[in-house]
Amino acid sequence: MIPAAFDYLAPTSVDEALAALAEHGDDAKVLAGGQSLLPVLRLRLNAPEVVVDLGRIESLRGVRDDGDALVIGAMTKHADVLTDPLVAEHAALLARATHHLADAQVRHRGTFGGALAHADPAGDVGAPALALGAEFTIAGSGGTRSVAADDFFVDLFETAIADGELLTEIRIPKYTGWGAHYEKFVRVAHQWPIVAVAAAVRVEGGTIAEARVGLTNMGSTPLRARAVEAALQGQPATDEAVRAAAAHAAEGANPPSDLNGDADYRNHLATVLTRRAVLAAAGA
Amino acid sequence: MTAVQEQAASEIGRDRRRKEDMRLITGRTRWTDNITLPGMLHLAMVRSPFAHATITSIDTSEAKDATNVVAVLTGADLGEAQGACINAWAITEDQVTPPHLPMPTDRVAFAGEIVAVVVARSAAEARDAAELVDVEYDDLPAALDLKEAAEDTVLAHPDLGTNKSAFWKFDSAEAGTGGDVDAAIEKARGDGIVIEREYRQQRLIPAFMEPRSVVVDPTGEQITVWSATQIPHILRFALAATTGVPESKIRVIAPDVGGGFGGKLQQTPEEMIAFAVGRRLGKPVKYTETRSESLLSAHHGRDQWQKLTLCAEKDGTVTGLKVDLLADLGAYVSLVGGGVPVLGAFMFNAIYKFPAYQFNCQTVLTNKTWTDAYRGAGRPEATFAIERLMDELAAELGEDPLEVRRRNWITHEEFPFTTVAGLEYDSGNYELATDRAMEMFGYDELRAEQQRRRDAGDPVQLGIGVSTFTEMCGLAPSRVLGQLNYGAGGWEHASVRMLATGKVEVVTGASAHGQGHETAFSQIVADRLGVPFEDVEVLHGDTQSSHKGLDTYGSRSLVVGGEALVRATDKVVEKAKQLAAHLLEASAEDLEFAGGRFGVKGTDAGITMPELASAMFAAHDYPEGMEPSLDAEATYDPINFNYPHGTHLCAVEVDTETGQVQLRKYACCDDIGTIINPLIVAGQVHGGLVQGIAQALWEEAVYDESGTLVSGSFTDYLLPTAADTISFDVDHTTTPSLTNTLGTKGVGEAGTIASTPAVVNAVVDAVRHLGIDDITMPCTPERVWKAIQGVAAGGTTEGASMPHFDGDEAGTHSTEGAGA
Ligand SMILES: Cc1cc2nc3c(=O)[nH]c(=O)nc-3n(C[C@H](O)[C@H](O)[C@H](O)COP(=O)(O)OP(=O)(O)OC[C@H]3O[C@@H](n4cnc5c(N)ncnc54)[C@H](O)[C@@H]3O)c2cc1C
Repeated sequence: MIPAAFDYLAPTSVDEALAALAEHGDDAKVLAGGQSLLPVLRLRLNAPEVVVDLGRIESLRGVRDDGDALVIGAMTKHADVLTDPLVAEHAALLARATHHLADAQVRHRGTFGGALAHADPAGDVGAPALALGAEFTIAGSGGTRSVAADDFFVDLFETAIADGELLTEIRIPKYTGWGAHYEKFVRVAHQWPIVAVAAAVRVEGGTIAEARVGLTNMGSTPLRARAVEAALQGQPATDEAVRAAAAHAAEGANPPSDLNGDADYRNHLATVLTRRAVLAAAGA
Repeated sequence: MTAVQEQAASEIGRDRRRKEDMRLITGRTRWTDNITLPGMLHLAMVRSPFAHATITSIDTSEAKDATNVVAVLTGADLGEAQGACINAWAITEDQVTPPHLPMPTDRVAFAGEIVAVVVARSAAEARDAAELVDVEYDDLPAALDLKEAAEDTVLAHPDLGTNKSAFWKFDSAEAGTGGDVDAAIEKARGDGIVIEREYRQQRLIPAFMEPRSVVVDPTGEQITVWSATQIPHILRFALAATTGVPESKIRVIAPDVGGGFGGKLQQTPEEMIAFAVGRRLGKPVKYTETRSESLLSAHHGRDQWQKLTLCAEKDGTVTGLKVDLLADLGAYVSLVGGGVPVLGAFMFNAIYKFPAYQFNCQTVLTNKTWTDAYRGAGRPEATFAIERLMDELAAELGEDPLEVRRRNWITHEEFPFTTVAGLEYDSGNYELATDRAMEMFGYDELRAEQQRRRDAGDPVQLGIGVSTFTEMCGLAPSRVLGQLNYGAGGWEHASVRMLATGKVEVVTGASAHGQGHETAFSQIVADRLGVPFEDVEVLHGDTQSSHKGLDTYGSRSLVVGGEALVRATDKVVEKAKQLAAHLLEASAEDLEFAGGRFGVKGTDAGITMPELASAMFAAHDYPEGMEPSLDAEATYDPINFNYPHGTHLCAVEVDTETGQVQLRKYACCDDIGTIINPLIVAGQVHGGLVQGIAQALWEEAVYDESGTLVSGSFTDYLLPTAADTISFDVDHTTTPSLTNTLGTKGVGEAGTIASTPAVVNAVVDAVRHLGIDDITMPCTPERVWKAIQGVAAGGTTEGASMPHFDGDEAGTHSTEGAGA
């Protein structure tokens, strides 16, 4: 478990980091919390010549209130997302999902932005970010651009972040007063989800006024269960109504088959977990 | 037989904190990988990615040129100096045993086999250069599936002409220990009940905490080998026997060792290679495996198919049991190898009075990692089979599973009892342990709740599983091992040294690797010598101080090693008594020994053990004809195995919507005889339970169709943590063993042996009303859910691992077979 040798750079600003990336091109790799990158290096699945550590760039850390949205710095640790009062108030779904992410050690090292950039479809923060309609701020040599959640996740381990670019911030619209729940299905506690469902709902007088539902590990990227969202709208927050809507959960999904279950089983799980997540989010 | 002694035991039975724990837990100790010697070189292994292939060429030139690389060696380079990995137990005279070189020269037989070793000045440089070794292979068809391999369609070792290594049989009619099982089955087909089942014992990985590590220092007169091993003594023998280096020129040290579970009961290729390289270069060398290497190439466990036929009368009285096993050896017949299923052969009849029994076992070679002992070794497999069958019989009869067991088990008045497998069980009380377990469990209430949930059609169903186990442990009477053709004995050695200052050094041939020997053995010695617990030092795991020993496995340390210690200690007391009589000018008969002091009866005169030790050190005044020493040693060969037993009850909740299994309650009452240290026992039981539960629910070593270990990291090989288990209710009944002085029985494997069938029985019980009578282990949510859907509940686990750590995020990927 010894990685191949590499040069280590620790820039203190985004510009410096971008310059380093521009200089080293393909030979460089960005390091955030290292919870995915370091295993890759130690297993020698990749051997970059240069590692650019973002850990000293203060501006990439923290959660701030930006009017109708929260802005979360890419280098904000999972543990900080989990305990942040703004997140709890306006984007509770993120905290719910982070609560079940790996273990305390990983949560104190791994970052919100690193996990999103890594784009593991089994990662716990992708589906909530997608469901909440996050916007991703990506910085490159030509300036910054903003990418909508629907366009951010491209494929397995692939995002809209191009070579030489950095994810700097994630903007999450406020969902103040919404109910939220993350239903994660695992065999042992420290596992990545076999399937998980992220649900946020706004209930008005017993009726589901709006719903946002994201699926983890049901395809090569996080997915939005739009059919479920549509079916929930205007329905009473009852077991029967939610069950009927949740039956659409696997529509358009293309889950993997692996040691923990085949695609059919995952499709089935998605419907059960969606029902449970939505009911819990609705407080029903 | 020795009577159980009655004495005022102040240390025995006390829950002393383990004296070794501070250094083990803080890591301020000598693990093998912590050892750094002057001029030490580091090794990295080049391993085959193919399950079966001819090695056509190995080009080491580029690696040799790499920075700080000292040598790159292949099996051909090392030649005979690399020795061989031995099989100590040919279970039949005609066993087919492929030669097992640490580094084969022409052909690899499993993915992970070593083909070259890189020696460099640092571990990182060795690892870097290992990537530069260019090995060309010609892929050969691989024998992977156990059942197919048994048909010899593809050969794991083409030269041998067969994959079938040995066929081992026990038949109670032939042995004169019981009746003819085929006749019993025939009869039951007419007027009784016949239960026929086939169970899979999946392949498991011991997954000890400390990866294996070895350091070899050839610079002294003796070659010193430090290894993270359970078996320093056996390793020294094997090193000497296969390399020609005299045993007296080898010193093996097992320093503190971080767990083993049988997984370090091995003479490994890595040890042999390090030994050969150290000798060749004349420099100290170190090799420490990575976790990936450990999972891939340290031996695996279990891996059997079990075909079982149980026959009974209509009232549920069992009349016979027939067992047909296929056991996967993997690529080689390892140290104990085919002996593992044979250890189980005597345990399928368990606690029951079966009149007829037959056991057939075919061991089979495949192109997978070799298998060997893993906690319980043979006995968990046997216990699983019979305890699952007893539940099936109960279901067939529509009776409570405990009732069926009561009808068939040996009652406490019937001990000593000679079983249909030919063993003499010395003691036990199954009724008592069962009653206590049922009480702790709240059996009747849980049954009532189960009924309520069934009646209500609750999506979460409750299941209750029973396992009334016994095991044979305390390996082992040497004569019995001789009859089984095992290559060594089963005795153990101990010595007691009385130091001048009154402190005591105890040397044991058992080799602790996490069990707490230092504490438990100190308690025993403190009691018997009447010295403070703190004054006893237990030395082990170094062939220089502990010259004789057979190490630690098979729940033997206390019942065999502890008995050797008792005997050595008693000899010290005997000598001390002579000296005391001499110094007190009294006759030995007038002395009484209590609390570490010899007193002259009816007077105040007396002398303590430390005073006697000092007096004997000075040796100014001691009896004529006596040697000036109180030290003593003893070698003890057990007269019988040891038979702990217990009743384990497990309740699980099964979510029928997802197939998820959740432990609800687990209660067990084990009878392990006299308990030396309740805290250590609790630790052994808890850890054992979790390991057994993990076989039932979580762990499985899975290979893909090309013979690659898919569950090759802890991402996919699911070890449970505290978060996945529940609090266990543990209690004990005490029926002392009659075959050792202290009345102790083994406890190291009990939890693992007992718990697996208790859990699977519970899972099946939860869904039996849905028409299900089996779920293959591990009982994954997917399997349980599919069983509920009426799809096959078992089969083999297939598919890719989860590729969370991907090497090339921007590249192209497919979800299946990514295997990163
Ligand atoms: C034992 C273990 C268990 C885990 N279990 C889970 C789990 O259950 N659920 C879960 O969701 N995750 C889990 N993880 C992964 C964890 O969430 C990681 O923290 C996360 O996936 C990566 O975040 P990081 O900050 O560590 O990123 P790194 O590992 O440092 O980087 C990951 C990748 O993203 C790139 N990258 C990072 N930051 C940026 C950036 N700002 N701009 C551009 N590219 C960037 C890196 O170059 C790298 O390719 C687990 C990890 C471990 C080690």
